[in-house]
Order: sequence, then C-alpha cells, then structure tokens
Amino acid sequence: MDFGFGLSPSSAVTLDRVDLSLYRKLEELNPDIRTCIACGSCSATCMAAEYSGMSVRKLILNIQRGADVSKMLSCCMLCGKCTMVCPRGINTRKVILDCCRYFK
Amino acid sequence: MKESVVIIGGGIAGMETAASLLELGYSPILVEQSDHLGGHVASWYRLFPDMTPASEVVASLKSRLDGVTVFLETGIQFINRLRDGYNVMLSNGVSIVAKAVVMATGFKLFEAAKKEEYGYGIYDRVITNRDLEKWFSGIPDERIPSAPWNIGFVHCVGSRDVKAGNTQCSKVCCMTAIKQAIEMKEKFPDAEVYCFYMDLRLFGKKYEDFYISAQKDYGIHFLRGRVSEVSETIDGRLLVKAEDTLSGRPVKINMDLLVLMSGMLCNPAAASIASMVKAGADDSGFLRSRDNVTGVVESERKGLFFAGACTGAKTVPETIAEARSAALSVHNYLRRPR
Repeated sequence: MDFGFGLSPSSAVTLDRVDLSLYRKLEELNPDIRTCIACGSCSATCMAAEYSGMSVRKLILNIQRGADVSKMLSCCMLCGKCTMVCPRGINTRKVILDCCRYFK
Repeated sequence: MKESVVIIGGGIAGMETAASLLELGYSPILVEQSDHLGGHVASWYRLFPDMTPASEVVASLKSRLDGVTVFLETGIQFINRLRDGYNVMLSNGVSIVAKAVVMATGFKLFEAAKKEEYGYGIYDRVITNRDLEKWFSGIPDERIPSAPWNIGFVHCVGSRDVKAGNTQCSKVCCMTAIKQAIEMKEKFPDAEVYCFYMDLRLFGKKYEDFYISAQKDYGIHFLRGRVSEVSETIDGRLLVKAEDTLSGRPVKINMDLLVLMSGMLCNPAAASIASMVKAGADDSGFLRSRDNVTGVVESERKGLFFAGACTGAKTVPETIAEARSAALSVHNYLRRPR
C-alpha cells in the first residue's frame, strides 16, 4: 500500500566526506583551475549551455563538491569558446578533455 | 612661540599627524588613553600586502615624535569651543588652549561574542582575527590546536549586518582573511583552509595578486556563503553550516579552528568627544566629514580635523596618507589670516 509518504534525499553536502580524487587529479594537470572565481563567463558564452545545462563553472564546482558530472560532460562540443573568455586564463577546454579521459 | 595643536588618539593616525605637524614647525600635543602608542597596529603582527612587520611601522612613526608632547593614559575631560579655537581639558588636570584639534580616535573592533551563533567565547576553537595576530606574534593561545585538519575563516563578522549594528563594509577584512589564511597554510601545510565570503572586496594594489596566490599556490578554498551557525561536535571539533550559494546547496563541514573576521566600528569615545564640540556623526557612528569627496579630513567645525579610521574603516597606508593630509589642512588653516 502506498500512502504517498516518502523521504526526500538530503541536498546538503558534507564537505569532509566528499571524494576529491577527480578534483585532485585535475588540479595536478591544470593548476589554474584553483583560480576559478565562478564569474560565469564560460557558461554565458557556451554554445551548448542553453540547451543542455553545460557549464564549466558548474563542472568545476560540482567536482569540488563530489557531484556527478558525466552527463554534463557529454554535452560539450569542445568548441573552446569558454577558454577564450576566461578572465583567469584557465584552459577550460583542456580541463574538460582531462575530465573525459578520467571517465573513459 | 610655536602654535600648539592637540591630537586626540595615539594610534598610527595620531602619530603620523603629530610627526607631520612637528616637521611643519608646530608644537603637537598627543593624547592617548591607553598606556602605549600605536593603537591597534601595535597588537598586529604583519601587514598586507608586503608582510611588513607592524612593529616596524610603529617604531618608525615613534622615531619621529622627538619634540612632540605625549600624554599616555590620559583621557579628554571636556572640550570647550572658544571664539577662535578650543580649550581642551585632560583627565590629568592639564588644560590646553589650541586653535586646532585633530581627532584621530580610530575604531573599535566588533565584539565577536555578539554574533552568538558563531560561538565566540562559548566554544573552545573559535577565535578572532585579532586573537590570531597575537598568536602570530608569539603569545600562546590554547584554543589553537597543534595539528588542525580544517581551518575556517568567516568574513564579514559584524560588518554589512544590520542586526549587528553595522551596515558598513569594514573593507580590510577580506584582505586580512586571505593574508591570515596564507600564514596559517604556511604554518600548517597539511591543513585545508576555507574562507566563507559573501563578496571578496580586494580593491588595493597587489591585493588581487594575493588572492590568486592564495588560490593557486596555497590551495585555499573560497566558499561563497555566509556561515549561518556553528556548533560543537562530540569530539570537541566545530560543525560549521553555510550555504554554498554557487551550487545552491547547504554545506556542512567539521573545523578544528574557526577565525572570525571582526569588523571595524567607530570608537564610541569618539562620538562623545565630538558631541562636546557639536561635531556630527554619520548613521554608522563614524564621524561626519565636511565633505566625503573633497574634505574628508575636515569637520563641519572650524579648527576641528579628522585623521584615520574615526571617519570610516581604512587600511594602514590610507590612514597614514590621511594623517599627512590632516596635518597639511591644519597648517593651511592656521596660516590663513583671520
């Protein structure tokens, strides 16, 4: 019998328990990703963003928070516009490629 | 005879004003309430952006005071406005008549215990920016663990906070937090250091370089969101709650040390002294300048001048520059034919 009650999963992130292995790997390959200031230029210029929710800003943040990014990665067309606009000079296209290699 | 100028407050603003007025040929009288000169800077360890030892700054200012009359542990009993100048009565019984008075009364650090949700004075592992500087200078502090895993810095404690009674930005704490975060990372390379910020206001020369270095060279984590509450865990650590506003999700993290960046409030003594000569204060409590663009060091009263953080939060170089500006304004005022 379904009474219509259920438990909502918690959306809270417990930072101490986050698995940072992907982030550590990425920052080793691209030390610049540490300097992301979450300005959002990458997402604003992204060709795929408005249809797919792709966002390099969110990609980096989600990796730092241990969230799944594989779906987001599959939406990237690797055009490299995000790299052109990044004010911190992060090679975002390479970050995406390195991520893809990690999941391969 | 040399003209006397009374300077109220012996912090860096008062010292620089006195030294500059001395060099301009006046006879400055420096009145300080505490038992030492240097104010807040005297209890600081190193200053951004070049990690200059604060003691060097105080010592170099002190070295230029030979010839200045200094009264320590002396308060202001009252000030009367005269037709052309002021009569200042000191708590030690000395009465001075001077054509010009400079208020260099500085600021007061926000009492972190008032933000009860952060647990300062309640939990063992919560300290303030000032406590940390004292510890850097070598004064032991048993609240600081010997091998912390996680260290957090909470920006805007008592700043930009209506309920804390201070809507102003204290301006220097963002940069101080980054400086102290780097210093902690140097002392504890294995610790993870987090800064909880609302905005990062890094306006000055080299500040942005400091920020990039904190991110890139030291791996300090910047988490955008104001800490909402802190509680103690069963093993004596701290559980810190905030929202990660960039992902829109609540975060929790255990900390071994939490540093609260207490903001700058106007020194309450300043308002009572100012009211004796009918000089006004802004809503924030800081003293009101004649003009916030062209006359920051001048008051609305003839012969009354301001230097440093009594008119609003300021950095050390800004304070020193303003003190020189106040000395020059006093000089021009006294030179003017009446």
